[in-house]
Amino acid sequence: MESFTPVSALIGGILIGLSAVALMALNGRIAGISGIVGAAMGARGSELGWRLAFVAGLFLGPWLVLAFTGSLPPIVLDASLPAIVAGGLLVGFGSRLGSGCTSGHGVCGLARLSPRSLVATLAFTASGLAVVFVVRHLLGA
Amino acid sequence: MNRILAAFACGLLFGVGLTVSQMINPAKVLGFLDVGAIPSGGWDPSLALVLLGATMTALIGYRLVLRRHRPLFSEAFMLPARRDIDARLILGAVLFGAGWGLVGLCPGPAVAVLGVDGLSAVVFVLAMLAGMAGYQLWFERRGRARGLSGHGAAV
Repeated sequence: MESFTPVSALIGGILIGLSAVALMALNGRIAGISGIVGAAMGARGSELGWRLAFVAGLFLGPWLVLAFTGSLPPIVLDASLPAIVAGGLLVGFGSRLGSGCTSGHGVCGLARLSPRSLVATLAFTASGLAVVFVVRHLLGA
Repeated sequence: MNRILAAFACGLLFGVGLTVSQMINPAKVLGFLDVGAIPSGGWDPSLALVLLGATMTALIGYRLVLRRHRPLFSEAFMLPARRDIDARLILGAVLFGAGWGLVGLCPGPAVAVLGVDGLSAVVFVLAMLAGMAGYQLWFERRGRARGLSGHGAAV
């Protein structure tokens, strides 16, 4: 487990949690990224505005870390082009069909003790584990 | 204006958290999902601690916040009310998880990594937006066919 980074994982996780709490306290919204992005399609006025503002902040987050610390963690995305396209389509369609992703169900939903979010989190984690197992250990990619 | 600034600040904090926790690194996410690597000692449990830290913080924070009558900059707390488990929830989660496992990106990190990674991240986000738009079209057509109006609520 030489790649295990418990301290930065816990600190980063707490920051994500604080963001979710702040968005609820200030705007009364769940910090679910698939919902914020997906429902921006077709939204208008201030309903569109706050969604775009959140996305802009999220986009700039790594740049803020870079500005303060002078470095970023390594980013290794080495899936093939067909896998990236298929993965993107599945993530986009699936997260909307299932009403949430890792943030909306995984963080906010579990924190609200929502049974729907617990089931969804177990389902997408099991699905992710299965796909990685097939790709890495059965297909040997 | 306050709502917009608040959303921006929350998005920024979310992005910082994803970066500090290294969840913007797809290889790190796949290292967690690769339970087949447990016997060889190559498994990376970091993601579980990220989720634990985030969920515990939100669990405590939501309890404090939801005691108030309303949020600071809006009329009411917008909380999902549904508690039923239906096929759409499970099918959607399974499809989402499959895409997550294929690439190692979910919507939050995909947006955050957009400005600091190469073309692959851009292609992923475009495909993700196409998937969301596809859902929107499919849902709207079904909604019209049944005479229902669409609902945009997440979770």
